[in-house]
Amino acid sequence: MVSNEYALKTNDLNVFYGEKHAVKQLSIDFPSHSVTALIGPSGCGKSTYLRSLNRMNDLIEGAKVTGEIWFDGENVNHSAAHVRLLRKRIGMVFQKPNPFYKSIYENIAYGPRFHGVTNRKELNEIVESSLRKAALWDEVKDRLHHSALALSGGQQQRLCIARTLSLNPEILLLDEPASALDPISTSKIEELIQQLKANYTIIIVTHNMQQAARISDQTAFFLMGELIELNDTNQIFTKPTRKETEDYITGRFG
Amino acid sequence: MNTKAKDRIATGVFYAMAMIIVAVLFGLLFYILFHGLQRIDLQFITSSPEFMKAGGGVGPQLFNSLYLLVLTMLITLPLGLGGGIYLAEYAPKNKVTDVIRLSIEVLSSLPSIVVGLFGLMLFVNTMGWGYSILSGAFALTVFNLPLMVRVVEESLSSVPREQKEASFALGITHWATIRKVLLPVALPGILTGAILAAGRIFGEAAALLFTAGMSSPNLNFANWNLLDPASPLNPFRPAETLAVHIWKINSEGLIPDVREVADGASALLVITVLVFNIAARWFGKWLYRRLTAS
Repeated sequence: MVSNEYALKTNDLNVFYGEKHAVKQLSIDFPSHSVTALIGPSGCGKSTYLRSLNRMNDLIEGAKVTGEIWFDGENVNHSAAHVRLLRKRIGMVFQKPNPFYKSIYENIAYGPRFHGVTNRKELNEIVESSLRKAALWDEVKDRLHHSALALSGGQQQRLCIARTLSLNPEILLLDEPASALDPISTSKIEELIQQLKANYTIIIVTHNMQQAARISDQTAFFLMGELIELNDTNQIFTKPTRKETEDYITGRFG
Repeated sequence: MNTKAKDRIATGVFYAMAMIIVAVLFGLLFYILFHGLQRIDLQFITSSPEFMKAGGGVGPQLFNSLYLLVLTMLITLPLGLGGGIYLAEYAPKNKVTDVIRLSIEVLSSLPSIVVGLFGLMLFVNTMGWGYSILSGAFALTVFNLPLMVRVVEESLSSVPREQKEASFALGITHWATIRKVLLPVALPGILTGAILAAGRIFGEAAALLFTAGMSSPNLNFANWNLLDPASPLNPFRPAETLAVHIWKINSEGLIPDVREVADGASALLVITVLVFNIAARWFGKWLYRRLTAS
């Protein structure tokens, strides 16, 4: 399943929050068009790691990220990197659905419009295709100009995915995208991730080990800010090489 | 005494307090309107005051109040928005911004008469604008700015953090995020602050006595020349507002119908504030709906 081509690599990545060393020397390669799951107990640094990949940790006062993040032949973890362009190409979906207080249409059109698409027809097409890709079009096509806040939680989260897809990113970072949703909405999101894999490289943080087992190709197990084990998902869940991994996936802690 | 009884007593006390507030409000409103409405007619609203005989109106004063409101808001809103946006979004946490915040607190607790005297010194004398609407507008800006900055800062800070993150994650700049995402959500709070500020402009007298002045020249409402002293739009003419007029005729009025004019002007002031409030809220709701599709 793992192809030779990598969409993103990190090399000795460290994240500090003030004195706290939250992520320690992490080196992970993310194969193109695959799903990588980051698992581990709360506070193990997996979300922190994820948020450094599109430089969202820049927003947090006192956060410092050292090491290399290789994307498209360039180390993007330095001050000269074009952060906004990077975030456009590496999209992110958050744990809690966070649609804008705008109409469904405007939620999607907002990003492309900022990045230079002004033609009405073109915007309409982007809105439709993004919603289709997020498997939401049929549910909302008759109320595109109604508030996005009136949607259910699961729909809101798919809208947030569509919003990210509207910029045509290469990588999708999903930070526990289904943890606030009911089982039916969760399975829809999981189905969607499987479809999106064909065109995007997906990195997903999840608390739910069944979810990681169901949808990912490779899995990284984190503990106390360190990478304990990284392997094919099958391997991790059937024959983990490290004791800590086995303890965690069999539910002995965490 | 058991918990249930305590709960019932507490509920009763809070109800009583709410009732007292409502009773005071309606009592005042009824009193003012009952005495004032008899005097209000078209002639009263449009004609100039008399100085010695009965039958004068408050037309120029009403216009002055409204014009002063517009001018003051034109100055206060951009400054207040700028200051509030800076404090909520850009200001780092350090000694300098602590001093700024403290200054705003102090400024907001200044007595309005002190603001008026400061305005007399700076705008009327040093700047040489004389007793004028412009001096008044700047004095009221000094008076209202702390409130406005505070309200804008608080409204912006109360927008959920996730909204900002969502926008940043789309590669959108901080400034565009503020304009397109944060400000629309913060609008109802900002509007409430603006309405409060406007209410203070209508009602303020002390800060205006020595800035906008206690007289109004004869106005020619057909004169649109901004620099002509008889033009109502000239910002450099003195402009007695309704509130100042009420204070003035009550303390030194020579007309025989002082009481009726004061009552009528008070009622007119209350009605103007009410109408403005309702209109501003209606407009705010409409704008919020438009911006957020809710």
